[in-house]
Order: sequence, then C-alpha cells, then structure tokens
Amino acid sequence: MQERGRDDLTSVGGPVLSAVEGTRALLRNNALNITTFIIVSLIKTVLALFVLLTAVAYTVWLERKVVGHMQNRWGPTRVGPFGLLQPLADGVKFLFKEDLTPPHVYKPLYIAAPMIAVIFALTSIAVIPVGNSITLGSLHIPLQITDVNIGLLIILGVTSLGVYGVALAGWSSNSKYSLLGGLRASAQMISYEISLGLSLVGVLMLTGSFSLRDIVDTQGGTFWGFIPRWNIFYGGQFIAFFIYLISAYAETNRIPFDLPEAETELVAGYHTEYSAMKFAMFFMAEYANMITVAAVASLLFLGGWHGPVVGPPILRALLPVFWFVLRIFGFLFVYIWVRGTLPRFRYDQLMAFGWKFLLPLAIANLLVTALVVALRA
Amino acid sequence: MPQNYVPIFIFIAFIGILIPVTLLAAKLVRPDNPSKSKLMPYECGIDPVDSSRGRYTVRYYIVAILFVVFDVETIFLFPWAVQFKALGVFGLIEMLIFLLILVVGYIWIWKKGALEWV
Repeated sequence: MQERGRDDLTSVGGPVLSAVEGTRALLRNNALNITTFIIVSLIKTVLALFVLLTAVAYTVWLERKVVGHMQNRWGPTRVGPFGLLQPLADGVKFLFKEDLTPPHVYKPLYIAAPMIAVIFALTSIAVIPVGNSITLGSLHIPLQITDVNIGLLIILGVTSLGVYGVALAGWSSNSKYSLLGGLRASAQMISYEISLGLSLVGVLMLTGSFSLRDIVDTQGGTFWGFIPRWNIFYGGQFIAFFIYLISAYAETNRIPFDLPEAETELVAGYHTEYSAMKFAMFFMAEYANMITVAAVASLLFLGGWHGPVVGPPILRALLPVFWFVLRIFGFLFVYIWVRGTLPRFRYDQLMAFGWKFLLPLAIANLLVTALVVALRA
Repeated sequence: MPQNYVPIFIFIAFIGILIPVTLLAAKLVRPDNPSKSKLMPYECGIDPVDSSRGRYTVRYYIVAILFVVFDVETIFLFPWAVQFKALGVFGLIEMLIFLLILVVGYIWIWKKGALEWV
C-alpha cells in the first residue's frame, strides 16, 4: 500500500515527463512490442470514441424522448421507429447548415473555443475503465484505454480545463448575451468544482489510490452478506455522493443550475453566436461531460461494474460492462428526470447554495470520514 | 508504469486531428451566403446598442480569487487522503490544524460579506 502511494506522489509531478520516459522504456524493448502497443491503443481509441459519440447522440435522443413523455408529448417520432434515427438526421443537418462567423468576433479564439470544449470533454474517457479484461490469444487486454495510477486526477484536470472553452467562447463572441453567459458559467463552474473535489476526498481515504480500477476493485463483495460493498454505503459517503451529484449538475450547466444557458433570459448564453458544426461541438461537449460525470459517479460511489455474473466465459467478460453501462444510463435518466421536474435557480441563490451550504457540508463530511477511518484503523 | 501515459497522448492527438477535420469537412459541403442582418450580433432582433465589452460586476473577480484559495486546499488534501492510512494519527492531527486555519479564513470571508451576491 505504502509503496503504491509513493509511486502516486512522484507521478503527480509530471505526467508529461513520465510519458517521455515511458516512450524511452518502450524503445528499449523490441520494435514488435511497440507496434502492438500502439496498434492496440489506436484500436481502443477509435472504438472508445465511436462508442462515446454514439452514446452522446443517443443521450440527446433519450433526453428528448423522456422529457417529451414527462410533458405529455411524444418526443421525436418521425425519423425511423420511435425516432431512433433522429440523432443521425441531426448530425447530417449540423454538417449541412450555414455556419456564420459574425465579423465582430475575435476570430482565433472564436474558432478555438468549441474545439477546446469538445476535446477536453472527450479526453477523460481515455482513463475510464469499463470492465475487467479480455484475453485474445496471447494478448491480455484490459477494457480501458489506459490504466494510470492517477486516473481520477487526470479526469478532474481535463474536466476543469473545459471551463476555458466556455469562458473564451463567451468573451470572443463579442455579444452581450455571450459575455454574460460565459461569465456566469465560469463563476459557477469554479465555485462548484471545490465541493466536487472535496466530496471525492472521502473515497480516496477509504481506498488509498487514485487509480479508478483500484477504487472499483475495493468495492467488490457485500456487507453482512446482503448490502453491496459500494462506497455510497460506507461511512458518511452517502452525503458525499449527494454533494457530488449536486456539484456535478452545476458543473455540467444542467437544470436546476443552467443559468449560463438560461434560454428565457440569455438566449443560450455563451453559444448564442455559434451555429452549425461549432454549435454542435458545444452540444457534444455538454453531453460528453454528463457521461463522464455519470461514469465517475458509478466508479467511485456505486461499485463500478460489480454485479451478478453468470454463464460462459464470454458472458462473464461482457456482463460487467453491461452493469456499468446500466449504471451510467440510470444516472443520466436521473439527470433528465431532474430537468423535467425542477425550475431554475436565481444567480444569488446558486452562489449562496454553493459557497454557504455545499462547501461547509463537504468539509464537515471530510472531517467525519477522516475520524471514522482513523477509528477503524 | 510510465508508458501507460502514452495512450492518453495518442488519444488527444487523435481527437485533436479529428475535430478540426470535421470542421473543415463541414466547410466544404455547407452553403455560405451571409447577409448584413444575418451577421449582426444577436440581440433578439433589436439593433444592438453600446459596445458589448461593457463593465460587469466585480463579484466575478472575488469568486475567482476565493476559488484559487479553496482549490489549492483541495489539491493539498488529495495526496494526504491517499496516504491517510499510512500517515496515521500524525497525519490526521496535521490536517486538522490545516483545515482549522482554513475554516477560520472561511468564517472571516463570510463575515466580511465576500460570499454575498448583491
């Protein structure tokens, strides 16, 4: 345990440096290994991206459908059975729409902002594990693009870089709505990021590792034979989970914290001046962030991919993935449910809630968890 | 293992190419006929008044400064939490003192009214 911890601390310092060292270590081995390594990583990258982007598209479909039914409407029905081909039609439309770049914008940042948003929103999938591992011939492939021992830190890092996309889009658009939306979004995202970070500290104390795979592995088994040994049932982590849930809604700018977009007052906020593919990128970034948040919640608090596993080997390898995806979509459903239910906060209420309620609660929860863990040890 | 970081960079490079290529591909197929009213800043159909680089409330700056203080604190807590069981009672007391100083500061900024959004 202690040795792995020390390893964690040294690698926090410089992932880039470590990557360079890693490449050197690879080069020292024979060339065949490098090619296999790179090909396997590339295949995983393409597969993960394909799955993620499809998931993003169908989360939009799910949202429209579920919100529709909650409001006594049908949602999309025209394109394909149950409107299932709607995401494809939307994609084609995004591609063929006229893309206006107004002359009053600051062009370099105006073009860079949506790309920044979507690239950092998608990057976190690189460290998220989706299941145990599969064996193909002599290759033993973990179901994860890469398992780094600071996975959680990388996710926190790249998701907070997403704030740049929003802030730059708001500023460079040179429009009043965009500027207000960008400012609101940045202030809100940084305020709730603190509670979000603090709510994860309890889990780290229980697990003693930043590696998402390790965190899931400690959650196998049950308490007293019938309660699953998920972190949410452990100590004060139930409260931590709710702090995480609320901050995550604010981080992804979703109802009831969707003030940056607030259609009724800011007409879409920071992406008012964007159209076509650039708008689609903000859209993709938002939904990819929702999926990341759902995945992290499942991994940290809800036991990751643990669940009943039966049947032949191939089923044994794939069932955990199914349980994991089920958790993610359950979490996304709650997202949509909340959207269909709650009204929007006022901005002063939002700030007061984050700074005066969630932050002290998160610190108190952290102290209680520390004492509980210390007493048990 | 350090080489585990390599796929992350492969991933970033891949989407770093894919996203601009998508934008360029869209540029090839989409129509492009802008007009004066299409290119106006969007203000619900009303002609824009004033520059949009106007002044905005100083509260946003205060939030940003407070964020730096508390986020650095969170960063300090992460390695401590991971090593919590190894550090034992010493680590616990050390962090209690750290948090105590921080809570005193938190109460102070609350009393000063830095958390009020007027």
